[in-house]
Amino acid sequence: MKIHEYQGKDLLKRYGVPVPIGRAVMDLGDVDGAVREIQKETGRDVVVVKAQIHAGGRGKGGGVKVAKNFVDAQEKARAIFGMNLVTHQTGPEGKRVQRLLIEQGIDIARELYVGMVVDRGSGRVTMMASTEGGMEIEEVAAKHPEKILKQAIDPAVGFRPWQARALAYGLGLHGKENAAAAKFLAALYAAFLDLDCSLAEINPLVVTKQGEVLALDAKINFDDNAVFRHPELGALRDLDEEDPSETAAKEFDLSFIKLDGTIGCMVNGAGLAMATMDIIKFYGGSPANFLDVGGGATAEKVTAAFKIITRDRAVKGIFINIFGGIMKCDTIATGVVTAVKEVGLKVPLVVRLEGTNVELGRKILKDSGLNVVAATDMADGAKKIVELAK
Amino acid sequence: MSVLVDKNTRLLVQGISGKTGAFHTAQAKEYGTNVVAGVTPGKGGTTFEGTPVFDTVAEAVAKTGANASVIYVPPPYAADAILEAIAAELPLVVCITEGIPTLDMVQVKRVLESQNKTRLIGPNCPGIISPGKCKIGIMPGYIHKEGHIGLVSRSGTLTYEGVHQLTALGLGQSTAIGIGGDPVKGMDFIDALALFEADPDTHAVLMMGEIGGDSEEKAAAFVKAKMKKPVAAFIAGQTAPPGKRMGHAGAIISGGKGTAQEKLSVMEECGIRVTRNPAEMGKLLKSVL
Repeated sequence: MKIHEYQGKDLLKRYGVPVPIGRAVMDLGDVDGAVREIQKETGRDVVVVKAQIHAGGRGKGGGVKVAKNFVDAQEKARAIFGMNLVTHQTGPEGKRVQRLLIEQGIDIARELYVGMVVDRGSGRVTMMASTEGGMEIEEVAAKHPEKILKQAIDPAVGFRPWQARALAYGLGLHGKENAAAAKFLAALYAAFLDLDCSLAEINPLVVTKQGEVLALDAKINFDDNAVFRHPELGALRDLDEEDPSETAAKEFDLSFIKLDGTIGCMVNGAGLAMATMDIIKFYGGSPANFLDVGGGATAEKVTAAFKIITRDRAVKGIFINIFGGIMKCDTIATGVVTAVKEVGLKVPLVVRLEGTNVELGRKILKDSGLNVVAATDMADGAKKIVELAK
Repeated sequence: MSVLVDKNTRLLVQGISGKTGAFHTAQAKEYGTNVVAGVTPGKGGTTFEGTPVFDTVAEAVAKTGANASVIYVPPPYAADAILEAIAAELPLVVCITEGIPTLDMVQVKRVLESQNKTRLIGPNCPGIISPGKCKIGIMPGYIHKEGHIGLVSRSGTLTYEGVHQLTALGLGQSTAIGIGGDPVKGMDFIDALALFEADPDTHAVLMMGEIGGDSEEKAAAFVKAKMKKPVAAFIAGQTAPPGKRMGHAGAIISGGKGTAQEKLSVMEECGIRVTRNPAEMGKLLKSVL
């Protein structure tokens, strides 16, 4: 689960991670008040206006601007609010900006990088730091791996003070700055652990001319598996940032990802679902989605999945590929028949059933009188749907 | 022969009285698995569908001589169930549960690494089966056939697909292992490959990987350095977009790493035969025998 920068900073602040003074703004009418408050609190005119969307590269796309004074801040806020922001992570269609973060201007002395992830190789939370702040960290990792410092954290003893100091020294921070950075990192780890994060990235982490260490940006993702432990985080979801079909799928506990092809897929199991996308491509088609109905799909879930797939106007054909294990083929077949009767069928439908109760499932489809093309195996099904969807 | 589980496996079920645990325990018994005990805290001293139930894993092991455990406990309590099984020094623990918080598994992994008695399969996996001998997990038993091909996979239904293709070609399986789709887990491809290489009854291995991480690359290096038996492979997710989690928590291309293309080419360089068509996995395996 992803959240906005301003939400991430609010959370981090609670754990003692220093962040700039700022105000989130959901409506242009609130800009004036926010700017005045920040100017009063800091005693300075300069503020920064930052677009809040769930994608990186906002600065390059024109979504982050420094404003010299009150009037300038109003103009910049008006320009950014409602704009269609295109970055390398939004795709060419971009994202409409509907929230702003207005922050104090910072006198930056140095821009650094800090990130935390669970490293799957070692199975440990790993803190990474680099002097190359503000850059794409993947690029740094590819070109200058030596510039990324790492500390793997033993869960038995936690993130130790020496590890924080070592990272800070590695970043060239000494004396008071080293102590401030070490404190910053320890607070960041506490937040990561307590909130079940899957990613915490501070890029850039800045050292100000006054010697403070601050999180100038904050990208926080949560482990979807652990959200049940943090019901309060549910309120931070921004549905405007999610694909509507993906949101609808979530309601039915379906795993769905929208893609840009023309063949809708419904499959049980994530691995087989990916393999089904692959085989469609192999035979010259392109998948319109990834959809895993899961192991315990009911007729209702299948109907919901069917509706989500057919809602996509790009879909020219549907391929259902089920290997019934625990899920029985007759359950799937009943679900498909119910769904087609309910929502209609305007595009070709190819169904491949295999596994538990396969004969019964095939019979239900055949007896339904619906225009369903049966496939003998995965390859046969893929070839048929690619041909029919042309 | 087979690896890890066979006729001598004495299975204990953690979470035996839950809906999932009860269903799959019945299925396992029907297949011929020797289920000797169940554990459900608070229900010790009772029996569940003929199987004695205990309050703790340690007690169940002491009283029944169980040597393997399968876990059907819900996600919030599953890590604790694994830790209890490790504490009881069970040689094999298979965790089926999907959706365990990653940081819980970070702790489990730390404990696993600090001991050498217990081997963990999963979590978020279909389990392990040695056809005709022992079935632990949620796979449909009837698609399997006794034989000499080892299977190892990160996915559930895709494993069934692989097994089905092999069986249809008359190729039976020694053991099929689903290692699971989570980023932090127990056994990895390398561990399974080492077991298959050492098992005289396994003649070749079919490996099914996924996008994300670098387990397949590490496995490829292992095959090149240590294995004499032929290995065939498929990687799911060639058409998956970067940055999106494809169902499994571990199946995500992040920072341009973990793509199917990258994995396939490393595997080919290391002498593994690969196919880009998931309907051809069985045929490919047959061709390397």
